[in-house]
Amino acid sequence: MMPVPAQAVVIGASAGALEALSAILPELPGTFGLPILVVVHIPPDRRSVLAELFEAKCPLPVREAEDKEPIVGGTIYFAPPDYHLLVEADKCLALSSDEPVLFSRPSIDVLFESAADAYGPALIAIVLTGANQDGSMGLRAIVEAGGTALVQSPQSALAAAMPEAAIQACPEAQVMTLDQITTYLRKA
Amino acid sequence: MKDSTGPDKVEDIEIRLLLEALYVRYHYDFRNYSMASIKRRLKQARQQLGFATFSAMQESVLHEPAMLPRFLRYLTVQVSEMFRDPSYFRAIRERVVPHLRTYPSLKIWIAGCSGGEELYSFVILFREEGLEDRTIFYATDINQEALQAAEAGIYAVNRVQLFTENHRQSGGKSSLSDYYQAAYGRVSFDRTLRRNVVFSDHSLVTDAVFGEMNLISCRNVLIYFDRALQDRALGLFADSLSRKGFLGLGAKESLRFSKHEKDFDEFVREEKIYQGRAG
Ligand SMILES: C[S@@+](CC[C@H](N)C(=O)[O-])C[C@H]1O[C@@H](n2cnc3c(N)ncnc32)[C@H](O)[C@@H]1O
Repeated sequence: MMPVPAQAVVIGASAGALEALSAILPELPGTFGLPILVVVHIPPDRRSVLAELFEAKCPLPVREAEDKEPIVGGTIYFAPPDYHLLVEADKCLALSSDEPVLFSRPSIDVLFESAADAYGPALIAIVLTGANQDGSMGLRAIVEAGGTALVQSPQSALAAAMPEAAIQACPEAQVMTLDQITTYLRKA
Repeated sequence: MKDSTGPDKVEDIEIRLLLEALYVRYHYDFRNYSMASIKRRLKQARQQLGFATFSAMQESVLHEPAMLPRFLRYLTVQVSEMFRDPSYFRAIRERVVPHLRTYPSLKIWIAGCSGGEELYSFVILFREEGLEDRTIFYATDINQEALQAAEAGIYAVNRVQLFTENHRQSGGKSSLSDYYQAAYGRVSFDRTLRRNVVFSDHSLVTDAVFGEMNLISCRNVLIYFDRALQDRALGLFADSLSRKGFLGLGAKESLRFSKHEKDFDEFVREEKIYQGRAG
């Protein structure tokens, strides 16, 4: 199969997310061209500080996703607390307050499955540290659509359960340390 | 290899046909809803109702009208709470109510009222503020089951703790328990709260203006629409508001990407409360 150049990156992280994302996102140069959509499991408070926190650390612009916002390359979008984040076929972001999935809203699976639909093979998906199973179904959908799956190596993860579940669901996934993931992205 | 004959493409065609069938047969128009989330929920329906394909669902929906409510349960999202986002209701109380007080009579529209949680929040707030008697509340939705639930005003008792906490945080001046009675694991809200309420089947997609409103609260409905449909609904709201009337949206909804942005002024920005432009 012809390799398809990636058009977007999706990332899911749970317990230990801050440290893991801090090893990746600030290391991407301001010239990085792909949009990055991130779901982190956070308590459903009204305000999330993630976007502000990473905005201060990253060369790339960082935002909390807004409903029906056109996705712009070279921008990092975080799912807002208490809403699912989805990608529409026309490459707009969409939010929903559907029921939590696997007790999570936002849910990594929900983002990944919709992104698999919207981007098909032109997608890089990354599952990072976490203490639950979220993301593995979505990663499966992405691989089936021809996308690329990267998973943080469970030994290097603060919480191994989520990457382990992802690898089990997707044996095709490339297992990497955070450094390797960053290097991979810088070449993407 | 994914091309137009790949499995996903066929599925997309089937979904389009299914939504078309629902529209032509029953006049429920989901064709311009936010597709990513419709697709997720239709997949859930397909699995949980035991259909092999969306085409099989289409056949069932066309030939068995009794199935319609079951499909609507998946197609419309009924997640709600009383005093959801307490700071919104606090802003209504502290910032909007003082303006509403200056009118001798009021019309309030709760669009997409689901099971009534938002409606009762408003009625209780208005009663606390002494405005209930001069107000007519219009509670509308497209889901009949939801409207019936709203009219019944009965909720599972395990939801009451959250409702009570929300009400308190919203600046509630009474105790929520003044308004309901508990029995058999459920609470039933006082019928007098419905004195001035008109429940009605109304779609923001296919129906028209029905009155001149001082306040419209439409929360967590527009996020399920695509941008064109959001514009249609916002146009409907602009046409329904009285001079300087108020519009409240959900925490993650805004006029930012809409062509109706200019019809409204921001009134309480953080709470997505807008005021219609005069004229
Ligand atoms: C997530 S609930 C929101 C309930 C409440 N407003 C709140 O914020 O908690 C969405 C509601 O919108 C209703 N709805 C969906 N499409 C609609 C339409 N075209 N016109 C009116 N209501 C609609 C659904 O039936 C559902 O009750």
